[in-house]
Order: sequence, then structure tokens, then C-alpha cells
Amino acid sequence: MGLKRNVSLSTALRYKGQGPMLTFVLHRIGGLGIAIFVTTHILASFLGGKGGVFVNGIYENWIFQLFIFFCVLFHAINGLRITILDLFPKLIEHSREAIWLEWAVFLPLYGFAVYVIVRAGLGG
Amino acid sequence: MQTKSKTLTLAKRGLNFEMFMWMVTRLTALAMYGLILIAVIGALIMGARTQMNMADIMRWGFMPNVTHVQNTNVPDVAPWSTPFWRLVGSALLLVAVGHGVHGLVVIADDYIVSERGRRIVRNLSIIMMLTMSGIGLYILWTF
Repeated sequence: MGLKRNVSLSTALRYKGQGPMLTFVLHRIGGLGIAIFVTTHILASFLGGKGGVFVNGIYENWIFQLFIFFCVLFHAINGLRITILDLFPKLIEHSREAIWLEWAVFLPLYGFAVYVIVRAGLGG
Repeated sequence: MQTKSKTLTLAKRGLNFEMFMWMVTRLTALAMYGLILIAVIGALIMGARTQMNMADIMRWGFMPNVTHVQNTNVPDVAPWSTPFWRLVGSALLLVAVGHGVHGLVVIADDYIVSERGRRIVRNLSIIMMLTMSGIGLYILWTF
């Protein structure tokens, strides 16, 4: 039994969910990224050998660190927003403002990390 | 104006597996924040302020496992591998595996709609949860 949607793919891609939709998609991508990273990292440490060294070498690459740090930081900050709004439902009225606040926290933190990681990655 | 309450009490809503895991996902998120905070504060107390850089502290905070401080300037790793830190690491591991595997099930449920497919995903997720918890605990307590 296949997946049945009542909208076409092109309509789905043009869906204008704006801010909340963007955080939903990034939360999902970030969660998947962390799950894949943590699983393979634990397996690589456990198995060791050439394969383990190779996999852990990828994790030490600065380009990969930019990606995984985005996943972790966004998932953590967005998750905190979701948790606070869900446990105190009265705050959901302010969900748009909460998303702006979330970006205001995320962007400086991630920007600082990008600066540090890129500088270290370029050998400075 | 709407006068009816938009929220239902837990008793009226009924507590099923999905509702329970919805709550667990949020509570484990808070627990992970707490455990990471404990790890970072512990690292600073043990001298990380002068012996480690920020990336090392973050790696330790992400999982307080002694192998994560081996490449730093920490002179003696013994205080970093006490049973206390192994217990904090184990708690973080189990909470994270539960949160993560359920997250994968939620994502899979959005794209897999057949009864049989969902049952396969659930069985695979239980196997994955048990093996990753086992391997993780083995690494935490033997290295």
C-alpha cells in the first residue's frame, strides 16, 4: 500500500508554512542528523579498527562539524521552545514571537561557533 | 467569542502510548538539558577552565565519557572516569536513545502508512534501542 496524499508534490513544495514550517523541517533534519551521527559514532568507537578510524576521521573534519553543530544546536534550542510552549499551553498565543526569540538566541551562538570552527579548520 | 475551553484534561483525553511518548519526549529533552549542565559544571569544577578549550568542554558535555578528554591538557584523567561520571553518562545515553529512537519512529510513521510497515518499523526500533543501549553502556563502563 503506497502513500496517498491529496495534494501533488509541486503543491506541497509551494506550501507557505513560513517560520513555524521552517523550524519543523529543520528540527526533523537536525534530529535525523544527530541520530545518524550518534549511532555511527558509537558503532565506530565500539568496532574500532580501520573502519572506526575512518568514520571518526570524518567527524573531526571541520566541514562536518559545521553541519553537526547546526543540527545539535538548532535541535536543542528549537526543542526547548517546543517543550516550554507545550508544557505551558497558554504561551502558544506567543508562538510567533517565541520563534523570533529562538532565532535571536540561535544565530549569535551558531555564528560564533562557525567563526571558531572555520578559523581552526583553516589552520589559523 | 469562544467560551469553550480548548484544552482537555488528561482523564478526558485518555492516556495511550502516543500520548505517553509525547510527554516522554518533552521530559527527556529537559532531562538532557539537566544532565549536560551537570557535565559542564562538573568539568569546570575539575579544572576544565584552564586545561580544555571550548570544543573539548562541549564534547564532554555532549557525552561525559573519559575518552572525550584524552586529547586535552587534563593532567590526570582519573577524576573524569569515576563511577559518578559513568552513571551520568549512562543516564544521558539511555534518555537520549529513548528520545532519539522514538523520534525516528515518529518520522517513519509520517511516511509509512501501512499497518505492516509500521509494525516492522516498531520491531526494528525496539531491536535498535536495545542494541545501541547495550553497546553504549559497554563502551561507557569498560573504557
